[in-house]
Amino acid sequence: MADVTQNSAPDTRFELIVNFWRHFRTNKGAVAGLIFFVALVIIALGAVVIAPHSPIEQYRDALLLPPAWQEGGDWSYILGTDAVGRDLLSRLIYGSQFSLFIGVVVVSVALVVGVCLGLVAGTFGGWIDTIIMRIMDIILAFPSLLLALVLVAILGPSLINAMIAIAIVQQPYYVRLTRASVMSEMSREYVMAARVSGVGTLRLMFVTVLPNCMAPLIVQAALSFSTAILDAAALGFLGMGAQAPDPEWGTMLAESREFILRAPWVVTFPGLAILSTVLAINLIGDGLRDALDPKLKRS
Amino acid sequence: MLRLIFKKLGLLVPTFIGVTLTSFFFIRLLPGDPILLLAGERGVSPERYNELMVQFGYDKPVWEQYLSYLGNLFQGDLGVSIVTKQPVLQEFMTLFPATVELSICAIIFAVVVGLPAGIIAAVKRGKTLDHTVMTTALVGYSMPIFWWGLLLIIFFSGILGWTPVSGRISLLYWIEPVTGFMLIDTLLADEPGAFASAVSHLILPTVVLGTIPLAVIARQTRSAMLEVLDEDYVRTARAKGLSNFRVIGIHALRNALIPVITIIGLQIGVLFAGAILTESIFSWPGIGKWMVDSIFRRDYPVVQGGLLMIAAIVMIVNLIVDLMYGLINPKIRHTE
Repeated sequence: MADVTQNSAPDTRFELIVNFWRHFRTNKGAVAGLIFFVALVIIALGAVVIAPHSPIEQYRDALLLPPAWQEGGDWSYILGTDAVGRDLLSRLIYGSQFSLFIGVVVVSVALVVGVCLGLVAGTFGGWIDTIIMRIMDIILAFPSLLLALVLVAILGPSLINAMIAIAIVQQPYYVRLTRASVMSEMSREYVMAARVSGVGTLRLMFVTVLPNCMAPLIVQAALSFSTAILDAAALGFLGMGAQAPDPEWGTMLAESREFILRAPWVVTFPGLAILSTVLAINLIGDGLRDALDPKLKRS
Repeated sequence: MLRLIFKKLGLLVPTFIGVTLTSFFFIRLLPGDPILLLAGERGVSPERYNELMVQFGYDKPVWEQYLSYLGNLFQGDLGVSIVTKQPVLQEFMTLFPATVELSICAIIFAVVVGLPAGIIAAVKRGKTLDHTVMTTALVGYSMPIFWWGLLLIIFFSGILGWTPVSGRISLLYWIEPVTGFMLIDTLLADEPGAFASAVSHLILPTVVLGTIPLAVIARQTRSAMLEVLDEDYVRTARAKGLSNFRVIGIHALRNALIPVITIIGLQIGVLFAGAILTESIFSWPGIGKWMVDSIFRRDYPVVQGGLLMIAAIVMIVNLIVDLMYGLINPKIRHTE
């Protein structure tokens, strides 16, 4: 990558990516986050092969076993077992599938719907804009987790409903971002030119304008990926997310709450998994912001 | 200024109507019959059902129901809890001070630690100290606070035995609620032991609830300071030979604070969301725990009323922050 000339204006997609990567990799934290994230994706995809035990099988002769390096530990259960004898490490490995799945689904739904609403509001303006933005204001008036909780109460507690609720709660940020960038792009000359040459409204929205609004949306997607994981874990912790015996990390924490003083490891590891995943994604998000948004760069 | 206030209030009206609609339709969106939901687990006889139907106005058209709901709202009638049979507003008012007390302590903790941390990071930009502070801030920002609370309980309550696990005050004391703020009430009751107990109950929840705002404030302070430190007037102040402390502490900080104050104001919503988790972990008898418990008990009038009150409070606080922003930032005031 070193042979790419330094100051060439990025005109091809490939050069854009190379240019982006050159900025991104200078941020050590972001690269570390990316490595962790890639590792997590591999673990999630290969869970069946990697996990030493089944995530839901209960080994009745090994209840609340401490981690292997502690007294009384057993190397066949490296991180110990929970109150009903399930292998903690295997549950954590399978749990990564849940967290990544939640992140991908929530971000995709919130992004697609939010971008469409934002494009419509920004392109057409007028009463459509007013209605969409007022609805977003109403969603934002409620604390996000509370609204998600209430939505789950309406829909019934389950992982899918928790994801729907979190996607709804995150919607307004995408709508606002898209609308703001669309409105500033609309007055640019290339949009004029496209209009004059008779480009249809739909094509104008999605093909001409949208690609130029992507930078803040990508950063927002990274940020809301981590928020989605945190919120889903919080809902799981409150008993309103994934339901037992699913090895979702927040749900695992909820199940182990009563053992915190007797068996701290059943609480420590799931939380550590949530924290490091969210941290890795936030590091990537910071790196993306620095590399994509020149205004905020190096600050 | 008065015109500005009215203008902003006017903008809030549609949002507030939307919020009342949301809370009005909440009970109607729940799967199942609203009367059976309101009656709770025991169910009702058919005669009583029809009586309730009329009493709650479910026999009338929806828009009429909504109008009478609004009318009740403005008279302070948020309905009655199914479980305790108490008016929802009254319950809210008794529990609200506990949440406010915790939130104020959390935000003070966040500012007292976060602001200096951000300033230090900005001044030592690029140095190890900067990296350490910013990494710690990002860890705090990424923290699942429900786990953080459990960890603190394991360490400080379990291993060290320094702090209590739950509640607002030791059961040994009974303090007459005057203001509802335990710290003030124990002082008013002139019981130093009770005050100490209240403080020790408050420490861990404060840290847990304050962690994310702290991280946000530290990050925001740093970037605001960095922006200001490059400005001409800071260079002028340095050129005049002012001490480093005066330049940073007075000239730079005063201007850097403007965006930071907004961020602090915007943390109110975050605090409420955090209070739900924090209060659940520490059995803190505030609004957050009340809402979660009510959702689980299917005490829907409470959920409905609480939802509305919380949204209204968040909106009012955001309005105040907005106005204060105009007051402290002349640029904004003049463009209005």
